[in-house]
Amino acid sequence: MGAKVITVTSGKGGVGKTTATANLGVSLARLGKKVVLIDADVGLRNLDIVMGLENRIVYDLVDVVEGRCQLRQAMIKHKQFPDLFLIPAAQTRDKTAISPADMIQITDKLRPEFDYILIDSPAGIERGFRNAVAPADEVLIVTNPEVSAVRDADRIIGLLEANNKGPAKLIINRVNPDMVRRGEMMSADDVTDILAIKLIGIVPEDEHVIPASNSGIPVTLNENSRAGAAFRNIARRLTGENVPFLPMNDSVGFFQRLARLFTGQGE
Amino acid sequence: MTVAIKGIKEGLLVTLPEGEEWQTMIADLAERLDQQIAFFAGARILLDVGARPVTKHELTSLKALLERRDLALWAVLSDSDTTIEVAQALDLKTSTANVIPGRDTSEGSEVSPEEDGTAGVMIKRTLRSGRIVHSDGHVVVLGDVNPGAEIVAAGDVIVWGRLRGTVHAGASGDENAVVCALDMTPTQLRIAGHIVISPPDKRRRPKPEMALVRDSQIVVEPWHEDKEGLWARR
Repeated sequence: MGAKVITVTSGKGGVGKTTATANLGVSLARLGKKVVLIDADVGLRNLDIVMGLENRIVYDLVDVVEGRCQLRQAMIKHKQFPDLFLIPAAQTRDKTAISPADMIQITDKLRPEFDYILIDSPAGIERGFRNAVAPADEVLIVTNPEVSAVRDADRIIGLLEANNKGPAKLIINRVNPDMVRRGEMMSADDVTDILAIKLIGIVPEDEHVIPASNSGIPVTLNENSRAGAAFRNIARRLTGENVPFLPMNDSVGFFQRLARLFTGQGE
Repeated sequence: MTVAIKGIKEGLLVTLPEGEEWQTMIADLAERLDQQIAFFAGARILLDVGARPVTKHELTSLKALLERRDLALWAVLSDSDTTIEVAQALDLKTSTANVIPGRDTSEGSEVSPEEDGTAGVMIKRTLRSGRIVHSDGHVVVLGDVNPGAEIVAAGDVIVWGRLRGTVHAGASGDENAVVCALDMTPTQLRIAGHIVISPPDKRRRPKPEMALVRDSQIVVEPWHEDKEGLWARR
């Protein structure tokens, strides 16, 4: 049967697609899965930096597509997890350097050897997005609890539905419980109310995330990070494990939820 | 559509369908009469040809066809002046009032039990951001209309769900157009040339409402049952 191809996308930029891809990849690898990450953001590659693998790049995705190297040569092994690989994007080309058919061909070659293939989609709804979702068995939509990000996520979900790629699953990233409580930020319920797709994780805003990305050590490897714990939970849910959610209803136990957030259970 | 034959007090009412070839209909009629000739024999015929202009030749040959079957063409009912002139020239009754009261145009034509309605489109899914629906008729959405989605209809817009996008009913200028939704919080709502935006009351309880133009402005009325029934005051 082979690997499941999961594409991480969002519509809007800067909501945490790359952070989510890196952390889910590492979390799945920690669960003993064989994982390959593909950075489909040709021209604006980032995933290698967040994964701490920038200095090991020799070949990239476009080199594979254009036959300058074997697929195996473009796969960078992670420093800590031998079953975790990254195929980086090209920095010097644009999205038209690869096609949806190329992506399907590459993932089909990888499927027999891996459990999960995670594709980091570029922002937008154009060619890069279409490349990224073409081979997907499952799509994760990352959004932030703000109106503009939710609006773009809604658009993306509509496009996926129109292409029979649904139903997508939702990650709400950078939720600030204090702001939600003060009514200054959309709650998870507010977001799912509009998007009406299955929620697979809520990631709290966490100061550990940015330094982790900068240092190339995904935050999920930090046991003290609430965001890291949230990503670990999402990874377990991706494997089919039933990891309970805290109650989403604002009227029931909001303070309990908050308390549990701060005791490090993530969401 | 076939020829309808119906016994009424005045005789046998034969109604010819609209839009059919005259020869085909007459052949059809002859066949139908022949099947039950014993039953029909001796009757007088009232022929309803609708708006169709009938020539003298057509009418004479039909008259002959009926007479061969012992049926008398007695009256021709028509909305066409040509047909009426032709019928009168053949000494047939055309003044419908004294033939069938219901056919008299001054009292309105017979009411068909079939309600014609008007055309529209049905969207059986949620309209997400970026989706646009245009219709020359009405639009019915079985689902939500999310922010960023847009509906433009010449007729009415009915949303069996939450209306949060932009909607324009009566887009060709029909001020009688309405917008109905189970939860009415559109980004912007237009009816004909009028525009409103939703008041910013957060945390309201969703309730079915209908928007319509009254005294040159859009009003939104709750959809609750009162003593006279839901539609009584419309």
